[in-house]
Amino acid sequence: MAEYIITTDKGQWEVVVGLEIHCQIISQSKIFSGASTEFGDEPNTNVSFIDAGMPGMLPVLNQECVHQAVKTGLGLNAKINKYSEFSRKNYFYADMPTDYQITQFRYPIVGEGKVDIDLSDGTTKTIGIERMHIEQDAGKSIHDLSPTKSYIDLNRAGVGLMEIVTKPDFRAPEEAGAFLRKLRSILRYLGTCDGNMDEGSMRCDVNVSVRPYGSDELRTRCEMKNVNSVKFVMQAIENEAKRHIEVYENGGIIEQETRQFDPTTGLTKVMRKKEFAHDYRYFPEPDLPPLILSDEYINSVRNEMIELPDAKKQRFIETLGLTPYDAMVLCENKETADFFEQATAGHDAKKVANWMMGDFFAMLNKKRLDITQSPISAENLGALVELISKDVISGKIAKDVFEIMAQTGENPEKIVEERGLKQVTDTGAIESIIDAVIAANQDNVAAYKNGKTNLAGWFVGQVIKQSQGKANPAIVNKIVREKLDS
Amino acid sequence: MQEITKLTIAEALQGLKNKNFTAVELTEAYLKNMAQGKKYNAYITECADVALAQAKIADQNYAVGKARALEGIPLGIKDLFCTKNIRTTAASHILDNFVPPYESTVTQHLLDDGVVFLGKLNLDEFAMGGSNETSYFGPVINPWSKDKLLVPGGSSGGSAAAVAAHLCAGSTGTDTGGSIREPAAFCGVTGIKPTYGRCSRYGIVAFASSLDQAGPIAQDVRDCAVLLNSMAGFDEKDSTSCNLPVPDYTSFLEQDIKGLVIGLPKEYRPNGLNTEIAAYWDKAAEMLKARGAIIKEISLPHTKYALATYYVLAPAEASSNLARYDGIRYGYRAKAEGEHLDELYIRTRTEGFGKEVKRRIMIGTYVLSAGYYDAYYLKAQKMRRLIRDDFMEAFKQCDIILTPTSPITAFPIGDESMLQNPINMYLNDVFTVSVNLAGLPAMSLPIGLAQNGLPLGMQLIGKPFDEGTIFKTAAAIEADAKFERI
Amino acid sequence: MAIDNETVKRVAFLSRLRVENDKVDATKEEFNKILTWIEELNEVNTDNVEALISVNDLSLRTRPDEVTAGHCRTEILKNAPAAEYDYFAVPKVVE
Repeated sequence: MAEYIITTDKGQWEVVVGLEIHCQIISQSKIFSGASTEFGDEPNTNVSFIDAGMPGMLPVLNQECVHQAVKTGLGLNAKINKYSEFSRKNYFYADMPTDYQITQFRYPIVGEGKVDIDLSDGTTKTIGIERMHIEQDAGKSIHDLSPTKSYIDLNRAGVGLMEIVTKPDFRAPEEAGAFLRKLRSILRYLGTCDGNMDEGSMRCDVNVSVRPYGSDELRTRCEMKNVNSVKFVMQAIENEAKRHIEVYENGGIIEQETRQFDPTTGLTKVMRKKEFAHDYRYFPEPDLPPLILSDEYINSVRNEMIELPDAKKQRFIETLGLTPYDAMVLCENKETADFFEQATAGHDAKKVANWMMGDFFAMLNKKRLDITQSPISAENLGALVELISKDVISGKIAKDVFEIMAQTGENPEKIVEERGLKQVTDTGAIESIIDAVIAANQDNVAAYKNGKTNLAGWFVGQVIKQSQGKANPAIVNKIVREKLDS
Repeated sequence: MQEITKLTIAEALQGLKNKNFTAVELTEAYLKNMAQGKKYNAYITECADVALAQAKIADQNYAVGKARALEGIPLGIKDLFCTKNIRTTAASHILDNFVPPYESTVTQHLLDDGVVFLGKLNLDEFAMGGSNETSYFGPVINPWSKDKLLVPGGSSGGSAAAVAAHLCAGSTGTDTGGSIREPAAFCGVTGIKPTYGRCSRYGIVAFASSLDQAGPIAQDVRDCAVLLNSMAGFDEKDSTSCNLPVPDYTSFLEQDIKGLVIGLPKEYRPNGLNTEIAAYWDKAAEMLKARGAIIKEISLPHTKYALATYYVLAPAEASSNLARYDGIRYGYRAKAEGEHLDELYIRTRTEGFGKEVKRRIMIGTYVLSAGYYDAYYLKAQKMRRLIRDDFMEAFKQCDIILTPTSPITAFPIGDESMLQNPINMYLNDVFTVSVNLAGLPAMSLPIGLAQNGLPLGMQLIGKPFDEGTIFKTAAAIEADAKFERI
Repeated sequence: MAIDNETVKRVAFLSRLRVENDKVDATKEEFNKILTWIEELNEVNTDNVEALISVNDLSLRTRPDEVTAGHCRTEILKNAPAAEYDYFAVPKVVE
C-alpha cells in the first residue's frame, strides 16, 4: 500500500505498532470451573466456589477451551505447541478473586503464525503472530452505584480468554484496522469467539512507537489498554504517533508507560508510569500439571477445520470469476459467504455477486437487518438472477420484483407469474404497440425525420411504458428504428 | 480419662459392631476427654452437636446392620480442611470467621464412611511452622509435657496432641515439609504422609500446592491404614490427583518383610547427630534385620540442600496462595478500611496474618520477583529435580528407606533460640522436607523414649504410591518396639 | 545478593503488607540471614538440570465442557465482610 509517512516541517516519521488482542472463548462453562459463561445474568450468579477464589478450591481445565484454542491457532496458520504450561500472574486486583491470574507465560499453547490482510489499494500484507495463549478473564467492578464504594460482580471471572500477540508489523493505522477485521472474521468463521468489540468479548491493547522514516531502530513504546473498536484503534495509533513525534521533535523522550484511550476526545492519557509497573512474579501454576497435546489430537482438530476466508476468497476468484474486491467482501463473514454460495448454486455467480453487492446489501442496510434475517432467501435471489439470464424478465422489471421479494419474501417465479410481469418478446404484439404510438405522435415522427434522431429513445420509452415494462427493450429498439427510418 | 477412648480405631469398630457400646457413648466419652483436656488447646472449634447427631445416625446404621467402614468413629479434623457449615480458620485471624459452604474431598470421604466430627484441630497458622506456636489461637501443649510445657511439633500439632491425649480416636493432618510426621514423632503417635497425588487437595486451605498432602494421624500403624483407606483416592476436582487404584492398606500389615532391602542414607547421620537418636535408628534397623530384611547403606547426595530448596519453593507458592486473603470475599477485613483498595489490602493483611506467615509471604514474594526468579526459584526447582532423582536412584538399590523423623525431641514452648532465629526452627525439618520435594510417601512411628522421657520417631520412606511397603515395615517395627502410649 | 531497605519496602508493598519504618532494618537483617542460608544452593551446578514442575510427571487432565456449578450466590456472598445489592462491596476503586 501507499506508505504511511508522517511528515512534519522537521522530518519524516513512521509508526511501529503491535497488537495484543484478548478474545473470549466460546464455551458453555468457564475455563477452570463448571459455572456458565452466560453474559448478562444477575450479578454473582454464574459463579462457582472456584471462581470466587474460595480457600482450597482448585482449577480443572475445560477441554473445549483447549479445542477452541487449537482451532484458532490453526486458523492463524500457527504452530500448535504440544507442550504448554499454565502460570500464575500475581497482582492484587479487586476483580481477580485469587489475586493471581492463571495464564500461560513461558510455554503458550500456540506459537508463531501469520495472517494476510487486504488493504484498500488492493494489495495484501502478511502480519506475523508472535504467540497465542489461554487464560482466565477477570470479573467486573461497578463504580456508578455509589459515590464511595465499588461493587464487584464475578460472573465474568474465569471465562476463558485467548490472548493473541502480534509481531510489531503494522506500519499504518489502516493495517491494524484491516487486521482486526480479518481476525474477527477468522474467529467468527471458526466459532471460537464472537468478536464483538463493543460488548468486550474482543478487547485490544495497542503498542505504539515511532521512528524516523527509513530507520530500523525500535524506540520506546507505549501501551494503550482496552481500546474497544476498530475505529478507535486506528484513531489511537494516529494520535499516539503524533504525540510521540511532537515529544521527540521538541527534544523530549518518550517514557514507557501504560495509557488509556479516551473515545470522546480520541486522545490518550497516562494510566501507569513504568516505575509503578507491576512485578507479576510469574511462576508455573502448581495446581495444574503441564498440558500435553498428542499429534493425533492436533490432527483431529485439523481435520475438522472448515474453509477460512482466505481460501474461500481465492476459490471465489479462481473458480467463480469474481473480482478480488467482491470476493473479499462476500467472504468477510461466513454467513454472507454461505448465503452467496447457496444463491449462486446453478446460476451465474458474477451476476449473483453483483446483486448482492448492490441492491441486496443496500436493502439489508436500509432495513438494518443481518444477513441471517434477510427476507429474501438465498434460493430466491438465485432464482431472480436466473429469470433475468433467461430473458424471462428485464433488468428493470427485476428491480421491481426484488422490491416485492424484500417486502413479502415470496419467490420471484410466483411474483412474475401472478403479476404477469413476463417480458414480451412476441414481435407481433410489440409491433402493434409501436404502430399505435407512432400513429398517436405524428408530430414527433416528423421531427425525427427532420433530424431530431434522438427522439428514437423517446419512442422506445413510450412503447415500454405502454407495455407496462414487459416489452423486451432490445426488440423494441430495433423495430422502432426500422419503422421510423422506413 | 474414659476407658473406651483408649481403644484403637480398629478395636472401637469391633466394640461397636459387637454392641459393647454405642457410637453415642463413644462420642460422649471423647467429648468428656475434650472437656478435661482443654489445657492442651488442641481444638480450635468443637462441634459436639454435629458429633452427637452423626453418632446417632451411626447407631441407627449399626442397628439395621448397615454400618459403613468407619461408622461411629470420632475424629478430629485439622482446621485446614474446609468443612461444610463448620468454621474453618487455618488457625489464622484472617479466616477466624470463615464458614465454608463446601466440604473437602478427604473429609467427605470420611463422612461417607460414617465418621463423627468432634471438632477442628489447632495448627500452625496456615500450616506454617514446626511447633504449633504460630497459631492465632495459641500454642498446643504436648501431652508428654512434665515440668515445662512442651510444643507438640507442627504444623499438625493439634492433630498429634489430640490423638496422644485421646481427645479423638484419630485425626487428619496435612504435611508440606513434615507437618504430619514431626508432630507425630513429638507426641508419640503414628502418622503417614502419602504419595503426592494420593489424597485430593480439593477443599484443603493451600499452603504450598506442589508439596501439600493430607494424611492420617492415629495411635498405631493399623489405624493409619484404616483411615488412609478412606481418605485416599482419585479426585477429578484436583488436577494433581493421581488416577490409581487404592489398595486395602490393612492387607499389608501381616506381610512378611523377609528379603526386603532397607536403605539407610548416610547423609542422615551427620556429625553431631544426637547419639540417642542414632542408637534408636540402629536399633530399628536391627529389628528389621532380625526379621530377615537386608540393611543397606545408601546415598542421597543432595540431602544437604533440601531445606534451602524447600524454603524457597514453599514460601514462593505460599505468597501466591495467600494473596486471596484480601478482605473482600471472606474472612477478616480491617475495621479502618482506608481510602484506597490497596490501603484496605495492606491493613487487612497486616492485621490478619501472624508474624511467621508474613515473613514467608515476603520471602516468597522476593524469590519470585523480577531479577531474582532465576537465582532463587528456578534454581530451587532444579535442585528439587536433583533431590527427587537421588531417591529414584536409591530406590534402584533398596525397597524402603529408614531414617529418624526429627533430629530432636519436643522442645519447650517459647524456646529462645528458635524464636530468635527462624532458621533454627527450620532446621528441625531436616529429615522430613526431602520427602515432600520428591513427592514420596513417608510415615513416622514411635520407636521409644529418649532419656528425657520424650518420644522419638522413626521415619519410613517408600517408593511413589508404595504406601503398602511402608505399612508392612512399620507394622514390624511397631510390634518389636512395643512403644507404650499415654 | 544482600537486600536493602528499599527492597524490603518494595517486597512488602508487592505482598500488600506493612513493615513499620522502625522494623525495616530488623526485617532486612532477618531476610539477609535467610537468603544467605538459601544461597548455599549455589554450591551445586544446575546448568544442565531441568526444572521440576510436576513431581509425578503428570500431564494435565481436562474436563468436559458442561455447566455443573453456579447459582449459589447466597453461599458465595455469605462470608463477605461487605455485600450490597448482591455484589461484594469495597472502597471506591480509583482507576
